[in-house]
Amino acid sequence: MANPLKCDLCDNSATVHLTQIVNSKVHKVDLCESCAQAKGVTDPSGFSLSDLLLKASLNPEQTETAVTCEQCGFTQQDFKKHGRFGCPHCYEAFTGVISTMLDTMHNGTTHTGKVPQRALARKTLYDRLTQLEDELSEAIKTERYEDAARCRDEISQAKQTHGQEPTR
Amino acid sequence: MKSAKPNKPTGKSRRVKPITISSMIDTPSELTDGSSSKTAIVLMTRIRLARNLATMPFPGWAQPAQREESLDICRAAVVSAPQMKRSLSINVAELSELEKQILVERHLISRELSTSKGGSGAVINHNQAVSVMINEEDHLRIQVLRSGFQLKKAWNAINDFDSVLEEQLDYAFSSHHGYLTACPTNLGTAMRASAMMHLPALVIVGQMEKVARAVNQLGMVVRGQFGEGSEASGSIFQISNQTTLGEAEPAIIKRLGSVLSTIVEHEKNARAKLLETDSGKLLDKIGRAFGILQNSHILNSNEAMNLLSLVRLGVDLGLFPEEKRSQVDRLFIETQPGHLQYAQKGIIEPEKRDLLRASCLRSEFANFEKPASITDKN
Repeated sequence: MANPLKCDLCDNSATVHLTQIVNSKVHKVDLCESCAQAKGVTDPSGFSLSDLLLKASLNPEQTETAVTCEQCGFTQQDFKKHGRFGCPHCYEAFTGVISTMLDTMHNGTTHTGKVPQRALARKTLYDRLTQLEDELSEAIKTERYEDAARCRDEISQAKQTHGQEPTR
Repeated sequence: MKSAKPNKPTGKSRRVKPITISSMIDTPSELTDGSSSKTAIVLMTRIRLARNLATMPFPGWAQPAQREESLDICRAAVVSAPQMKRSLSINVAELSELEKQILVERHLISRELSTSKGGSGAVINHNQAVSVMINEEDHLRIQVLRSGFQLKKAWNAINDFDSVLEEQLDYAFSSHHGYLTACPTNLGTAMRASAMMHLPALVIVGQMEKVARAVNQLGMVVRGQFGEGSEASGSIFQISNQTTLGEAEPAIIKRLGSVLSTIVEHEKNARAKLLETDSGKLLDKIGRAFGILQNSHILNSNEAMNLLSLVRLGVDLGLFPEEKRSQVDRLFIETQPGHLQYAQKGIIEPEKRDLLRASCLRSEFANFEKPASITDKN
């Protein structure tokens, strides 16, 4: 055997080794006795395992191709180091990394709770207006004035129904 | 980039007297003055929601200028909400160590926020029932606190407040993952609902570990009074939901509520059993705690918490008058290191603090009537 493994959570040598195979990928957690006890590893029904699996999911045996979030430049290595993401877009960028992790961490993988209705309505309106404005300029460019008039009417109607112009 | 908002309210923008940290401490608050017989076992209920701005990096990854920008955007929305009409808005970096410690001890900001670098803030309403941390782990950590067992009321209040904020802020949200948070453990509802429970009888009969294990299996977490990694001194525990994704908020709250009710039942049973089988020992514990509080000269904060906890149990058992419960609850907070030092207006060494704590408790308990059963025997 090579040099003794160190505990993932402190510098003591690891004596408790957990191996999990999730989606045919091997995840390992190595802990010293006191960390294992503190984390409740000795109690297999304990819920604290999910914390460890978060760490475990960051330590896949085979290093995968590095993923980087194009919005904020956050890398998989950064996530491994911090355990937090860089920006909301990271959830899309790292979707492969997080899906198994979420499964072990939560009661489900799909949100069924509150939805920010107002913010979403605002976003829908914003997207609709952007689309109509694009159509309008396109129609003007190609001299389709009837379409342009329709777009203009739809834009003012959309703005009116929402009482005001969207902020973004 | 400098923050657009002044650190402490200067008063010129407010019609009424501005709130400061010292005026806040002297004002009755939900936490220190909301006590009643209904809050005997569940001291308080707390719900917090994590929210993030869609277009900004999370605080831990943001550049200083981006943190300032997020702070300005969030703070403008928070202070304009009707819930925050009378509030205290602070920049964490400009607070003294003691001021930060006081806010932590009152559960208004987290330890994490208190150690943050620049670009972090908090807004706290006048009775400290609603508070918002800005640029902690997430852009917004909204908290509503209610004395006693009031999960539904707390949820309704925080849900309304969150909807008001949403009018102005574009939240990071995906229909699949829900509210997007810096840490994936908070994803989905991004809600942590918790109750602070006083469980002395379960501790005395040695059942607390068993309860904690059972609660864990139901997907809830048991922690000490100050959250993660804190000790459960004074037999005070915080119980909260562990998972946030895959279940709607009312379902999580219902599940937590039923777990809490079961724990309340267990605590009541343990109390009844102690009175039935070991009343002498129980009364002795309470009487001794009372004696030490009235007469000791050195008390560290852990011991003080444990003694106060026993007196609180005495109130619940009818040994002390009902109204003394809120005094004990207030002392739970006021004998914490930060509060003690703040009252003395300066840093005090731990040994001197213990002397001061004992002296404060001696005077608080000087006019406290003896426990009923002891008086009866005399």
